[in-house]
Amino acid sequence: MEVSINGKKYRLVLGFEIHLELSTKSKMFCRCSAEWFGKEPNTTVCPICLGFPGTLPYPNKKAIEYTYKIAYALNCNINSEFYFDRKHYFYPDLPKGYQITQWNKPIGFSGSLELISGKKIKITRVHLEEDTGKLIHKQGKTLVDYNRAGVPLVEIVTEPDFDNLDDGKEFLENLQLIFRRIKVSTADMEKGSMRLEPNMSLAEVKPDGNIDLPDYKVELKNINSFRYAKKAVEYEIERQTKLIKNGKRPIQETRGYNEDKGITVSQRKKEEALDYRYFPEPDIPPIKFDKKELKKIKKTLPELPIQQARRFIKEYFLSKDQAIILTKKENFGKLFEETIKELQQRNKGLNQETIKQIANLIINSRTSLKNKNDVLKMLDDTQKKVNFDKNKISATVKQVLSENQQAVADYKNGKESAIMFLVGQSMRKLKGQAPAEKIKELLISEINKAQ
Amino acid sequence: MTDILGLGLLELKKLIEEKKISYKEVFDYFIARIKKHNPKLNAYITVCDKQNEDKLPIAVKDNFCTKGIRTTAASKVLDNFVPNYNAEVIDRLLANNFSILGKTNMDAWAHGSSTETSDYGPTKNPWNLDHIPGGSSGGSGAVVSAYLAPAAIGSETAGSIRQPAGWCGVIGFKPTYGRISRFGLIAMASSFDCPGPMTLNVQDAAYLLGVLSGQDKKDATTVEKPPELYFEKLAEGKKLVIGIPEEYFDNIQKETAQNFEKSKQVFNKLGFKFKKIKLISPEYAISVYTIIQRAEVASNLSRFDGIRFGNTRDRFGFEAKKRIMLGNFVLSAGYYSAFYQQAQKLRQEIKADFARVFSEVDLILAPVVPSTALKLGEFEKYPFFGELIDKFNEPAAIAGLPAVSFPTGFDNKKLPTSLQLIGNYLDELRLLQTLYKFQQETNYFDVIKLGVEKWK
Repeated sequence: MEVSINGKKYRLVLGFEIHLELSTKSKMFCRCSAEWFGKEPNTTVCPICLGFPGTLPYPNKKAIEYTYKIAYALNCNINSEFYFDRKHYFYPDLPKGYQITQWNKPIGFSGSLELISGKKIKITRVHLEEDTGKLIHKQGKTLVDYNRAGVPLVEIVTEPDFDNLDDGKEFLENLQLIFRRIKVSTADMEKGSMRLEPNMSLAEVKPDGNIDLPDYKVELKNINSFRYAKKAVEYEIERQTKLIKNGKRPIQETRGYNEDKGITVSQRKKEEALDYRYFPEPDIPPIKFDKKELKKIKKTLPELPIQQARRFIKEYFLSKDQAIILTKKENFGKLFEETIKELQQRNKGLNQETIKQIANLIINSRTSLKNKNDVLKMLDDTQKKVNFDKNKISATVKQVLSENQQAVADYKNGKESAIMFLVGQSMRKLKGQAPAEKIKELLISEINKAQ
Repeated sequence: MTDILGLGLLELKKLIEEKKISYKEVFDYFIARIKKHNPKLNAYITVCDKQNEDKLPIAVKDNFCTKGIRTTAASKVLDNFVPNYNAEVIDRLLANNFSILGKTNMDAWAHGSSTETSDYGPTKNPWNLDHIPGGSSGGSGAVVSAYLAPAAIGSETAGSIRQPAGWCGVIGFKPTYGRISRFGLIAMASSFDCPGPMTLNVQDAAYLLGVLSGQDKKDATTVEKPPELYFEKLAEGKKLVIGIPEEYFDNIQKETAQNFEKSKQVFNKLGFKFKKIKLISPEYAISVYTIIQRAEVASNLSRFDGIRFGNTRDRFGFEAKKRIMLGNFVLSAGYYSAFYQQAQKLRQEIKADFARVFSEVDLILAPVVPSTALKLGEFEKYPFFGELIDKFNEPAAIAGLPAVSFPTGFDNKKLPTSLQLIGNYLDELRLLQTLYKFQQETNYFDVIKLGVEKWK
């Protein structure tokens, strides 16, 4: 995406930071339930996640395995040995005054994820940390709910590899699909289990068509849907364009998106940046996964939606849209391939038309088709309908027209609804064995012919 | 009633089992002694004077969380903090037929080596009330020395068990880091903190170590290897090679040096061999320890943000504030690599240095403190009082090694002198066995016995 400002071209430079709550049974460092959403405040808490004196964190192995899974899914390099760090800052929802996170040795780093177009988006890092509590502002008071504190949270950071919002949207939606497919998170945006923080800037395009990364970036917070992510970035493009137009330079800052007003508001400027005083978490010794364990984790990874879509395009010549929709739901792709295999085994004519039909049937059925037999039956019915004797339809239509002269006259006089009456009469005679659209088409052409 | 003055935990246990005395009599005895003597010593912050069960009383430093019993870490920040959970140490004590007699005084947050930074007033040294008991487990040292408890649990970051044990004239055992769970011990510096027993004799220390040791699924830093049969195997053990580090004898008090020679002769007589060894100078340990400890302190205290636990941050004392400032400084951007990272490198060097020495010798014998107990108020003269006074304690703490301090006699002011034995990683058993032989031979020159008798 490029904008022209004062005769110069500027290109969008966009990256994302994604936070994902893992769907483990218990929290990251204690054995409280990790299911906090919708619970009575401060009921899924214990002295450990409340940071009470003397309590210690004990890491959740499942959460670590899930993080490895994510790192593998995003083609990351892996730190088989890693440790946690403490990140210090003061906020009432942070019980210990520091967050246990990973700084120097993230579980995954230098990964990538391909878009359907084949463009590779680089993944900077994938690391594991703990979520914070939540502030509730009520009747002029601020209350703290610690239910969410200590829920395992994975942070995924991309390089600023996006130059347009459509790619960004595709990437994020694909990520959500992956998280669901590999069963590490519900990735529900509205419940806050997947949270987005776009970061963006505008870079001047050089005569050779390349850009240098600008010396600033704006990080956007408080975004809980793909739609708002798009709106927030669009607002920022506009705001920064205006600044540049007026000879000003946008500055490095964190801005919050206000969804009611549709604007972003500055939260923290560069010079107010916190010093987090990171140091290795002394309460948890370094953790090591051996090759065997890692191999086992890697093996649990299914084919990911985007890989599947690309394969479907290549193997079955599906259209891009068809392939994407078909691979969105885990059982869709499975059902599609099972049906095709069955047909191949039966050695029935499997032409490109049939393959597309199967794909469309599954897509349009939503969830009503449960297994390959359902699909095959539906396929049969459809093909029957298509091959229904055209002459019989034509004869029926003519008969209906002659039996309903009044309706024909009404239609001719401009009463549009009369045609639907005629369609209904024809359908009844054909016992529904023909598509209504086709009948309507024939009726109109017959009436016109008679004129 | 049988006179039980000065009897250790296991001796009391035996009398109770033989029905020569009842649990209640023992409990009442200690409560009466506490009422009588504690006002002079100020060794307890909280006394649990209601006996609920038939169990053996034991005193616990007030930084171990006790369910339903106020736990202050001697800071007014936690003046009214009553935990709803027990430290693992407490759970293990309760499960092994002990009851908490009281919570002992300490330096606030364990920041100090004199028990004078306590927000509940200093504890006095039972040998001379003008002197300090050492710290930070000064209350625990004093209650054992004056027999206001048959034994106590202390905690050590670098010297906080061994040094007050030395100055109060009792046994102080600091195990290997991770041998005893830290869960529920209010953290001072997480990578050093170690709970440990303070006792009248080595049998009690071995017994308590057995009760408290072992892996804990609530503390990820506990050691997986199961503990040894410390008490059962106490009388076994070979004659070993003891290393003497020459770096540990700079500027030490005359009597401490003299009593060291006397003790060395005892070990010699018992068949132990000696070997001179060279270790990295304890002077470096002071810097390493100070930097890492301050960093961890600043981090650990950040949870006391005034939002929970009732009291605001202005209740922090001067010492804690100083440590928070310095700790945040060494971790801050631009200084981290110059201080914290350098200190961590040197910490590895110190560990490697000990590993090298322990390939040549079995144990190390050295002074615990350069001098006997100082007078009240002396610490204010030195900004790094604790770090300097504990310079012989810091190397083993930095390396996470086990060590035990024990009395060796007196100085000319009739204050106890002491020594320590330092062992290799997880070599608690040989430390205890060696000390047992020394105890059989000397009874610590009657220091412990005379200490108790002073408080008849």
